[in-house]
Amino acid sequence: MNRILKTTAIAAAVMGVVGVAQAREQIRIVGSSTVYPFASYVAEEFGATTDYPTPVIESTGSGGGLRLFCNGAGDDTPDITNASRRMKPSEFERCAENGVTDITEAFIGYDGIAFAQSNANEQMSVTREQIFLALAAQVPVDGELVDNPYTRWSEIDPSLPDREIAVYGPPTTSGTRDAFEELVMEAVSEDMEAYGGEGYTNIRADGAYIDAGENDNLIVQRLSENTEAFGIFGYSFLEENEDTLVGSSIDGVEPTPEAIGSGEYPVSRSMYFYLKNQHGDDVPAMYEYANLFMSEQMVGDLGYLKGIGLIPAPEDLREEARNAVASKEQLELSDLQ
Amino acid sequence: MSQSFDEISAQLKRRHRKSARLKWLSMGALGLAGLFLVIFFADMLGKGLPAFQQAQIRVEVTYSEQSQQLPLAAVNEDVRELVSRGWLRTLPMMMRDNPELLGSTRQEWVLADGQVDQYLKGHYTRLNDRQQAAVDALVEEGRAELKFNTTFFTRGDSKMPELAGIMSAAMGTVMTLLVTLAVSFPIGVMTAVYLEEFAPDNRLTQIIEININNLAAIPSILFGLLGLAIFISFFGVPRSSPLVGGLTLALMTLPVIIISTRTALRSVPDSIRHAAFGVGCSRWQVVRDHVLPLALPGIMTGSIIGLAQAMGETAPLIIVGMVAFIPDISASVTDAATVLPAQIFTWAGEPDRAFVEKTAGGILVLLSVLIAMNATAVVLRKKFERRW
Repeated sequence: MNRILKTTAIAAAVMGVVGVAQAREQIRIVGSSTVYPFASYVAEEFGATTDYPTPVIESTGSGGGLRLFCNGAGDDTPDITNASRRMKPSEFERCAENGVTDITEAFIGYDGIAFAQSNANEQMSVTREQIFLALAAQVPVDGELVDNPYTRWSEIDPSLPDREIAVYGPPTTSGTRDAFEELVMEAVSEDMEAYGGEGYTNIRADGAYIDAGENDNLIVQRLSENTEAFGIFGYSFLEENEDTLVGSSIDGVEPTPEAIGSGEYPVSRSMYFYLKNQHGDDVPAMYEYANLFMSEQMVGDLGYLKGIGLIPAPEDLREEARNAVASKEQLELSDLQ
Repeated sequence: MSQSFDEISAQLKRRHRKSARLKWLSMGALGLAGLFLVIFFADMLGKGLPAFQQAQIRVEVTYSEQSQQLPLAAVNEDVRELVSRGWLRTLPMMMRDNPELLGSTRQEWVLADGQVDQYLKGHYTRLNDRQQAAVDALVEEGRAELKFNTTFFTRGDSKMPELAGIMSAAMGTVMTLLVTLAVSFPIGVMTAVYLEEFAPDNRLTQIIEININNLAAIPSILFGLLGLAIFISFFGVPRSSPLVGGLTLALMTLPVIIISTRTALRSVPDSIRHAAFGVGCSRWQVVRDHVLPLALPGIMTGSIIGLAQAMGETAPLIIVGMVAFIPDISASVTDAATVLPAQIFTWAGEPDRAFVEKTAGGILVLLSVLIAMNATAVVLRKKFERRW
C-alpha cells in the first residue's frame, strides 16, 4: 500500500503548489496574430532593457483575445489584448457586464493587406470591384444575382490577363480575412444595386478561393510554386519576400508604406491594443510596457517596428495616441459607435 | 481429378511468379517509405545545418558614459548597422553590473546583425550594395566570419533571428515531461497492476478496460480542452506553465502506459506467480518482488515511447496557452514556458526569412532527442528482455 500512498502524496503536492496566488511582475498579453510580431518585439525589448520579466504573449486572434480579456477583472485574466481591428460595441458591453469597466485604447499604426503573385508574371493592376467579382459567391449578371460564373480573369475585364482565377487566402478565423471582407467585399457590394445596398461578404466555395490556413508563409511558398495564383496576406510578408513576389496595385495605388500610411491604399487597417486599467495597481509594469510601445523609437517614422513591417501613423495621430495611453484615458462606448 | 505433370509445373511457376511479385511490391513499398525519409532528412539537414553557424564581427567596443546612455556610440560608425541591435541594447545593463568596464576600450567578437548572417551564408538579404561591400571588406580583413552558434543553444526565443535560440523551449520541454512522468508513471503502473493482478474479471473491469483502450485513441486536442476545464478553470493552475502542460500530457500518456504495463505483466509466466504463492507469499509480495521486476523492461519501454509521443505534441498545449513567445528561460514549473514543437511552430510563422533555418534547426534538435529516447527504449528492451 505504501506506493499508493506515495502516489497520492505526490499528486496532492502537485495540486498544492497550484493554489498559491501572488502579485504579478509578469504582464500577460493575448490577441491578434497580426499585431503579435510587433507586440513580441516590444515585449522582448522590454524584458532585455528593464528588470521586469518579459511579458507572455499568446497569439489568439483579435476576437479570441477580446473574449479572454473581457472574461473579468480578476488576476487570472490578461492585462492587455492586441487587436487588428477596433473593439466592437458588443465586446465593450460584454466587458462591462463582466466588470471590466476601465479600459484604455492604444492605437499603434497601420497594416496593409497585399494582393500579390509570383514575380514570374508581370504586375497586374486590379480594382477592388474586379477582386470582388472574382471572389464573391454570387455576382450580378444583367441585374440578377447568379452563382459566380467567372473562371478566368479576362472574363471579368478584357484588359486583365487570360489566367485562371485562383486565390490563396486566410480562413474565416483570421483577422486578415475579416479586414479583407470588410474593406473589399463589403465596400464594393454596398455600392451595387443588385445587393440592395447591403454589404455582401460571402466568398465563393467552388475552388477559386483556396483557404490556405493561418500561416502566411505557406501562402507565400505556394505562390512561388503556383505562378498562376494570387495570394491575400499581411503587407509585412510582401516586404520580406520582395525578391519572389510582386504586389498588385489596387484601384491604381501601389502597395507602398507611404500609400498605406496615408490611407490612399484602400486595403489597409488600423492596429490597436487595449489595457485593463483595473490591473494597474497589481501589475505596474504594464504601463511601462505600453509607454515603451507608444514611444517614437518603436512606432515612429524611424522606429524599430517599421523595420519589421509596421506602417507608422501620421505624427499628429501618434502624438494623440501616445497621450491617451500616458494619461490612461478611459474608453467610452460612444468612442466605438 | 488428376493433373498432369505439365499442369502442375505450370501452376507452380504461376505461384512462384505471384510470390516474386508480392516480394517486389513490398520491397517497393519499403523503398518508397525510405525515399520519403531520406528526402525529408536531406531537406532538413540542408536547411537546418546553417542554423548552427552564426556570423560574428570583431569590433572595438568603447565602454564610455556616452555609450551607457546611447549604446550605438559604443562601436565605430562603419559597423553600427552591421552589429546586432539585440547585443547593443544589453550594453547599458552590462556596464551597470560591471562598473570596472567604464572607460575601457576592447577588441571583441560580437554578434552580427541577422541580415549580415544571411548574406554570409549566401541567402537572400535586405542589405543594400554599400552594406554588402562593407561586409565583404570586413571578411577580407578577417574581422567577420561564421562561427559555431552558441546563442542557438543558450538563449530563448527572440524576434531578432541572430538572438533566437531553443534553450527556453528545451527547458520547458524538460520540465513539462518531468511533470508528465511524475504523474502518469506511478498512476499508470499502479492502475495496470490493479487491473491485471488484483481486479476480478467482471462487467465493471471490462467497461474500464474498453474505456482505457478508447482513451488511447482520442484526438489529443480533446485532452487540451479537458486540461483547460479541469486544471486551469477549476484548480487554478497558472496558464502557460509546464505544470498545466505536464498534467495535460499526463492524461494523454496514461492510457499508453497502462496498456503497455498490462502487456508486460501478462507476459510474465504464471509459473512464477504459482511458485511464489507456493512458498507462501502474499499477493502483494508476489507482485512487488517477482512480477514487477520481471515486467520492468517492458514497462520502461512503454513509458519512454509514451513520453516521446507526449514530447512531440502541440495541439493540447495550444489550448492551455503553451504556444507563446517566451524569450526568458523559465526557472520553475509555474512560470510561463513553451516546448520544442511549439517553438518550431512559432518560428515557421515568422515573416523574417532568416527563421527558415531556425525552424529546420529546431526540427533537427527535436528529432535527435526523439531518436535518442527511442534508442534508449530499444536498448533497455534488448538488455533486460527475458524469453520464457
